[in-house]
Amino acid sequence: MNTYEQWIAFVTIVRKEISRYLRIWTQTLLPSAITMSLYFVIFGTLIGSRIGEMGGYTYMEFVVPGLIMMAIVTNSYSNVVSSFFGSKFSHSVEELLVSPVSNVVILMGYVVGGITRGMLVAVVVTLVSLFFTELRIHSYFIVVVVVVLTSTLFALAGFINAVYANSFDDISIVPVFVLTPLIYLGGVFYSMDLLPEFWANVSKLNPLVYVVNAFRYGVLGISDVSLTFAFTMIIGFTILAFAYSMYLLRTGTRLRQ
Amino acid sequence: MKQGAITTMLPALSIENLSKVYDNGFEALKGISLSVDQGDFFALLGPNGAGKSTTIGIICSLVAKSGGRVSVFDIDIDENFPAAKRFIGIVPQEFNFNQFEKPLDIVINQAGYYGLPATQARKQAEKYLRELGLWEQRDVQARMLSGGMKRRLMIARALVHEPRLLILDEPTAGVDIEMRRSMWEFLEKINEQGTTIILTTHYLEEAEALCRHIAIIDHGEIVENSSIKDLLRRLHRETFILDCIEEVPESIKIKAFKTRRIDTHTLEVEVEKGQHLNDVFSALDGDGIHISSMRNRANRLEEMFVNLIDGAA
Ligand SMILES: Nc1ncnc2c1ncn2[C@@H]1O[C@H](COP(=O)(O)OP(=O)(O)O)[C@@H](O)[C@H]1O
Ligand SMILES: [Mg+2]
Repeated sequence: MNTYEQWIAFVTIVRKEISRYLRIWTQTLLPSAITMSLYFVIFGTLIGSRIGEMGGYTYMEFVVPGLIMMAIVTNSYSNVVSSFFGSKFSHSVEELLVSPVSNVVILMGYVVGGITRGMLVAVVVTLVSLFFTELRIHSYFIVVVVVVLTSTLFALAGFINAVYANSFDDISIVPVFVLTPLIYLGGVFYSMDLLPEFWANVSKLNPLVYVVNAFRYGVLGISDVSLTFAFTMIIGFTILAFAYSMYLLRTGTRLRQ
Repeated sequence: MKQGAITTMLPALSIENLSKVYDNGFEALKGISLSVDQGDFFALLGPNGAGKSTTIGIICSLVAKSGGRVSVFDIDIDENFPAAKRFIGIVPQEFNFNQFEKPLDIVINQAGYYGLPATQARKQAEKYLRELGLWEQRDVQARMLSGGMKRRLMIARALVHEPRLLILDEPTAGVDIEMRRSMWEFLEKINEQGTTIILTTHYLEEAEALCRHIAIIDHGEIVENSSIKDLLRRLHRETFILDCIEEVPESIKIKAFKTRRIDTHTLEVEVEKGQHLNDVFSALDGDGIHISSMRNRANRLEEMFVNLIDGAA
């Protein structure tokens, strides 16, 4: 297949992914908007007013970037994990496997599908947040780069999860037992300064810490960790996840017998 | 390998010494070889579990082979699988589309995976959905279609990029008789238009009605590979062993019959469909040879078919 044909195949996959989550928007887009609104009300308005400042900002201002990031992470992840596992489950993934589409196009098709959902939900959540707080962006460039990298990373992670999953249970185990704790412990709700040194160090192993802080830097201009280090970690994790996904596709793990 | 006609044309499919051992250690293919000419209508016949779907899975990349070579129009799948895949359209045994999608979307998307631009993809999808009588159903969820319609949807999907080789794995399983006839007619039509067709089946009747060449697979081995005509002729041929009272001369010949002298007093005679044993007896009578007893030698091919039919039941 020449580059133009690969591009057509890529667009086909992305378009199919987007129409999938738009078609079932009550399951894909709405829940995040509702959950995040509740977070804004509870943490930002009700409890937040008693917490006072965090990192030099009102608690509401502090949590908004973390919550937006949380929406991006969960949505890009769950889009790819449910869509790719679904196609494995219905065997419709064979439509791609028997065609001449290259592995990188298959992977990027699904990943870009996940990225668009992450971003779409981020926009929705951001709009909702405007009812609760003003949002000034410190650096649009950093915001965009972090959003793209993060949604790519978690879309890839969702892909890996889907490849290994054998049942619908397997695609909810990781989000519930791994992803959610990492998000909650990743500094969405608190500054790392609050942690004892030991736990602050343990937290440095958590990729969500870098994602949340890099994004918070983009929005507020503050971060608990060095920005260069945060970017190095995010890019490093993304490259690893990409390489591993490609390896899974090349070897046909759990896809070809 | 196929006997006879030497073709200068490249085969549509060439399989050499293909083997498959599944992860659990099961040897599903024990080094099979096959060649299918361009334009042929070829049947791969065998009982359940013989290795038909495994073979097809390897050709279309859903199963990884353990050994051997596969070429499609002279393109070795190990060298350039994407190029080989463009020539192939595959209709698998089990439904493998998303049941919540619409037929039109399923077929258009498949065209996209082969790199067809949107307008062409739509045109082709419409063409094949119409030809297979699914155009009215294009916008209903695929799960609402009947079994026969789902099968035809997979045929439309397999043809949308106009493959030169169409492979169907048990296309008529679970399809009612009337639908089966119209599917056969459709397949004959596209074969006449130049598409090479390979289908697997466990009905000899189906192979007989449609195909020119046939390979029979059993327990991962090819046990027969010939033209349907030749196979049917041999299937209807019986071999008798005659015990003679007088000594049989070495030069014995019976007009129109194939004979073999086994020892001084035993003769083997092959009787084709339409021939009469009486002619054998009178010829021997004329030579002064009398027969004391006669038995039927087991027809291996026939036995196999009995097994096939038992296996399919
Ligand atoms: N994934 C698998 N793992 C182990 N054995 C398998 C697998 N798939 C098929 N087999 C076995 O391989 C043999 C051939 O299967 P298959 O090619 O599906 O036969 P057919 O299509 O002729 O009915 C069967 O005995 C089947 O049980
Ligand atoms: Mg089969």
